[in-house]
Amino acid sequence: MSLVIGAFTMGLILSLLSLGMLISFRMIRFMDITVDGSITLGASLAAVLISAGWNPWLATLAAMGGGFLSGAVTGLLYARFKIPELLSGILVMTALYSVNLRIMGRSNIPLLDVPSVSGAMETFIAFMSGGAEKINTLGWMISSTDLATFLTTLFICILIGTLIFRFLLTHLGTALRAAGDNAQMVLAQGLNNKTMIVFSLALANGLVALSGALLAQYQGFADVQMGIGMMVWGLASIIIGEALVGKAGLGLAITGTILGTILFRLLIAIALRWGLNPNDLKLVTALFVFAALVAPSWIATLKKKISGGSRYAQN
Amino acid sequence: MLKINGILKTFLPNTPNEVRALQEVSLHIKEGSFTAVIGTNGSGKSTLLNAVAGTFEPDAGSIHLNNLDITRWPEYRRAHLVGRVFQNPFAGTAPGMTIAENIVISMRRGKSRGLGTAVTKSVRDEIADKIRVLKMGLEDRLDNPIGTLSGGQRQALTLLMATWLRPKLLLLDEHTAALDPKSAAKISELTKDIVDHEKLTALMVTHSMQQAVDLPNRIIMMHRGKIVEDFHGDQKTRVRVPDLMAAFDRIAKRDLFDESVATLLARQYG
Repeated sequence: MSLVIGAFTMGLILSLLSLGMLISFRMIRFMDITVDGSITLGASLAAVLISAGWNPWLATLAAMGGGFLSGAVTGLLYARFKIPELLSGILVMTALYSVNLRIMGRSNIPLLDVPSVSGAMETFIAFMSGGAEKINTLGWMISSTDLATFLTTLFICILIGTLIFRFLLTHLGTALRAAGDNAQMVLAQGLNNKTMIVFSLALANGLVALSGALLAQYQGFADVQMGIGMMVWGLASIIIGEALVGKAGLGLAITGTILGTILFRLLIAIALRWGLNPNDLKLVTALFVFAALVAPSWIATLKKKISGGSRYAQN
Repeated sequence: MLKINGILKTFLPNTPNEVRALQEVSLHIKEGSFTAVIGTNGSGKSTLLNAVAGTFEPDAGSIHLNNLDITRWPEYRRAHLVGRVFQNPFAGTAPGMTIAENIVISMRRGKSRGLGTAVTKSVRDEIADKIRVLKMGLEDRLDNPIGTLSGGQRQALTLLMATWLRPKLLLLDEHTAALDPKSAAKISELTKDIVDHEKLTALMVTHSMQQAVDLPNRIIMMHRGKIVEDFHGDQKTRVRVPDLMAAFDRIAKRDLFDESVATLLARQYG
């Protein structure tokens, strides 16, 4: 059972990364690869600060701030210095690799026997259950630490999801979405679309770093390599989420992204259980995203061929 | 009001494709006047409009609006004073967002955009009231994505958005050219209503001679980056479509004459 609760917790933590990418990739349509670096930045900042005795919540907030800054740098490279969007992200991601090593002082920091954000929930559960190690949750016996981490993550996810939803409906949030939808219109309505891009990327990477900070606390370590391929995982999650609930409406998009990430983690857990070599995981994910990106046009072509349409008729 | 002084713009300078789009164009537009800019293709009329909108910075010259020197202002900052409607009916609205959300963005033009909820009940009512006059039934579809509307409907909304907060200047860039005749007539009529009702200062580029005669009270004719004719006052009220066509003919003949003189000279001395 700990496998399922583990996949759920992992899914919830990574859904914050997916939510960040929902803003950068879907809302302002920016292919932001900073993600691979900023998730590690979040993890390393949180790990170092918690090890130094900071309150885990404060350390997590600081990690978010770090991610916010790195996203802003990517945005500025693109908007101010006119560097192509992919390259802006690659530059910051590469730079962050060194920054993360500097922050941690080595390539890996273990987080054992230090407090984490789920500490308060653990105390609460211990108080309610009289200190039992395993708790009966809906008929399943789950270790109290796992349950505490799961509930804390669920709380953070619901909080962040609601905040993003509310924010996107404000004047600023509406302007942000419009900047991704039609830059010309936004300019004509007196908005600097470049500022909107910088702000959106900062916000997105703040969420990504938050995800990294929680991930480090959950896994019990921060590693300089942990960000590799995270962007593709986020993409896969968003795509699964859209397949689950569609794209109509903001609330659905946010819920779908969270559900998509959880489902994706469950699928991975199942695949690993069935004997998928963990080393092949990133290849499989990349193939999945590739398939999800090309499948719609293939299916459309196939339908046309089946219905006997001319291949030239497409133009 | 709007003072354009000697603006110069050359695209692709020092290349074989060099285009001298604006050659020291000066134009003063009075408050509350409606001016049409007509001209042949490549005459620089759209470039003139874009210079005012801030799409590019002119090589020389200055642009003053409302006694402010806006020559070096970026496009988005000028939009605080200037409302714009584009030729492409899909350029002025964000297709994935709802009608209400699109309009609410224009309701904050030039104002701060904070963390207040954008589309509130009172805002919805205000929007519904104002777009009811379009008689397109859009007031019942406030939550539909604007991308599901027709070009004519979107252009009507763009026009409303450009004038929702009274702009110091309204720029219309062939805003009916890409529409079907029926929608074009409707948008033309709507333009006249809004400009008259709000007493707006407007500058319109058009290819339709009829529109140039019907809507504005001044007509500027451009050719090869210069203003060649200026009908205003009484003269404008007497101008009819054939007069404009005749003016175009005169220009064409002069071009032909210039070219034949050039050929003669080339033959003589070349």
